Amino acid sequence: MTDRLQATGFFPSQLSRRSMFALTGGVTLAGLAACTGTTATAPAASGSASAVSGQTITFGSGASDDVPKRAYQAVFDAYTKKTTNTVKVNTVPHNDFQNNINSYLQGSPDMAFTWFAGYRMRYYAAKGLASPMDDAWATVGANFSDGLAKASTGDDGKKYLMPMYNYPWGFFFRKSVWAAKGYTAPTTFDDLKTLCTKMKADGLIPIAFADKDGWPAMGTFDYLDMRLNGYQFHMDLCAHKQSWDQQKVKDVFDNWKALLPFQDPNSLGATWQEAATTLGTGKAGMYLLGSFVTQQFTDPAVLADIDFFPFPAMAMEGQDAVEAPIDGIMLSSKAAGNAGAMDLMKFLGTATAEDAYYSIDSSNLPVVKGADLSKLTVLNKKCADTIAGAKSISQFFDRDALPAMASNVMIPALQTFLKDGTVDTANLEAQAKSLYASQ
Amino acid sequence: MTTIDAPPARVQRARGKRRSHLLTASDKATLGVMAGVPTLIQFVFIWAPMVLSIILSFMRWNGLRLSDIKATGLTNYQFIVQDYPPFWPAVAHNIIWLLFLACVATPLGLLLAVLLDQRIRGSRIYQSIFFVPVMLSLPLIGIIWQLMYARNEGFINNIAGIANTPAAIDWFGNPSINLWAALVAATWRHAGYIMVLYLAGLKGVDPSLREAAAVDGASASQTFFRVVFPAMKPINIVVVVITVIEALRAFDIVYIINGGKNGLELIGALVVQNLVGEGQVIGIGSALAVMLLIVSLVPITIYLSRVFGRED
Repeated sequence: MTDRLQATGFFPSQLSRRSMFALTGGVTLAGLAACTGTTATAPAASGSASAVSGQTITFGSGASDDVPKRAYQAVFDAYTKKTTNTVKVNTVPHNDFQNNINSYLQGSPDMAFTWFAGYRMRYYAAKGLASPMDDAWATVGANFSDGLAKASTGDDGKKYLMPMYNYPWGFFFRKSVWAAKGYTAPTTFDDLKTLCTKMKADGLIPIAFADKDGWPAMGTFDYLDMRLNGYQFHMDLCAHKQSWDQQKVKDVFDNWKALLPFQDPNSLGATWQEAATTLGTGKAGMYLLGSFVTQQFTDPAVLADIDFFPFPAMAMEGQDAVEAPIDGIMLSSKAAGNAGAMDLMKFLGTATAEDAYYSIDSSNLPVVKGADLSKLTVLNKKCADTIAGAKSISQFFDRDALPAMASNVMIPALQTFLKDGTVDTANLEAQAKSLYASQ
Repeated sequence: MTTIDAPPARVQRARGKRRSHLLTASDKATLGVMAGVPTLIQFVFIWAPMVLSIILSFMRWNGLRLSDIKATGLTNYQFIVQDYPPFWPAVAHNIIWLLFLACVATPLGLLLAVLLDQRIRGSRIYQSIFFVPVMLSLPLIGIIWQLMYARNEGFINNIAGIANTPAAIDWFGNPSINLWAALVAATWRHAGYIMVLYLAGLKGVDPSLREAAAVDGASASQTFFRVVFPAMKPINIVVVVITVIEALRAFDIVYIINGGKNGLELIGALVVQNLVGEGQVIGIGSALAVMLLIVSLVPITIYLSRVFGRED
């Protein structure tokens, strides 16, 4: 996926590896799959359900950055304190983990692994590369909101994900700038446009925007689609159960066109970090992005001045749906019937595990009910409340849709739209048809 | 080694059956290993991947089980030509890239070589300076040009006094400008490469040719274009082939700028976008790679037939 970590600048090791890949191309991939292709679905352990002690549970982690890595370690320390089971963690660099997930899951995966909700979760579940964890959900399911439960469910109705944390997308703004000009947070799309007009007259860039890397614009698309056509339509469109070549999709872009004059016109050359700077310096009025935008405000005074409002209501479902990508843990096919792995999942769904994680990594939001929220900043509390109150949670386009659809089709299409305000929905449909067919 | 001791004439005659008698068993084993290992490496890393790529370009595959591979005939090619919006811009950009390298970057490299061949003071230093871009690693090149082109912090916009104003030129973001910005960066590297090749070529030209031209009363430019340049024919062929191949495989500079999107589409970048990472569509990526391979075969064939064709 087009990950926000990947998009932050030049990654020397990443590049050289990619150029290497370019030379050997699809062929290396073919080779990998050829080696691993036949071992796909053999369940490894025959579960003796009573023996939940003294087991070793293997855990594949893509959380290679220092803070999340230590946070997961804190969780496992808390777990091993409670049981005689041990957790063996196998950490792989973030981007490698994600890029090689296909061969990883087919080869010799660990029992549990870090992943996220969305299309890819349901896809691997449907392909038999993941194991359901309904047993764990039966125990700890009450700790999660309906939106989280829905987002953790596969196509067959079983649960495949144990959520760890998430973060919302919404409009971020500086309280002091708004107080000085007397702006108030809009709750409808018309209010938003009125506010933008006012801001423009006041000499501000109403909406900070950046799309050099291609993915940030997807957030605007997701919200417009969910607010106009509803959550379910958006999900179906992402999964290509709905055609792209229809009026509902055209409406999304038509409404977006009304916002284009208010977005930073230089978005195609800017990264989200640069756009965040325009918000931080008070040049821009607001910025629709994930709450990770706050990472960019290193000045505590500015950080304390940041506030948040959810995307305004349009035609359907008010502000019920929230875009809040969820990261969590899945079980591989190897964990099928393994009582130890299931026991770990039960633990991960408790407030104890959540508190252990959050004690180290406070940049994301806890998702378990009963987790200690006293350490949350005022802004994070607000974000967490917004998610808790959401009836449905979307995952961001590149997680909800086929990754190839997101990176190969949507990125060029949205960049073209930002450039000249046109979009060819018939071509989007033609491309979607071809790409989804090859899955 | 028995063959080495034998006079050349005898070896010539000893072709065929008799030659094998001159080799001991260990010679044969050594030769077998020396020929076999490179052949194996060549097969594993070049021929097998190439054949697999060609096969996969006619397939549809999600990258999971081998049983998921489905033959689709020419569907992938049809998709690329008809429905894949970045394809035709990428073809156009590759052609522009080739023309720019051929008409600007390569002549610039030749010019630098000719100037530096004049025994001017500090020639070595200039040579090193112009050659440095060829040696720099890709991330470093990216950072250097980011420093040049950045909209508000970049050198160019600041020198022009338009940084931090609405008139600031968005060198990387504006799709009608960024290709040229990337081409300048490519030229900066390509010219140094060509310069070194021509410097070697100029050193190899027989000085008596120049003297003869001077005696005949030729001017400096006549000497160069009528005598020296034609005398460098072998180098010229190499340079033409290198220029064409560089244009076809152009990828790294646009990839480091924005991944090859938004005005910087190149076939090489599209291959990577379709084959690497989560956006992987193996069939389409392979088909793009095969198209690139077929186009690349033309200059490669010409080059190889020129280099090896004469010797037989």
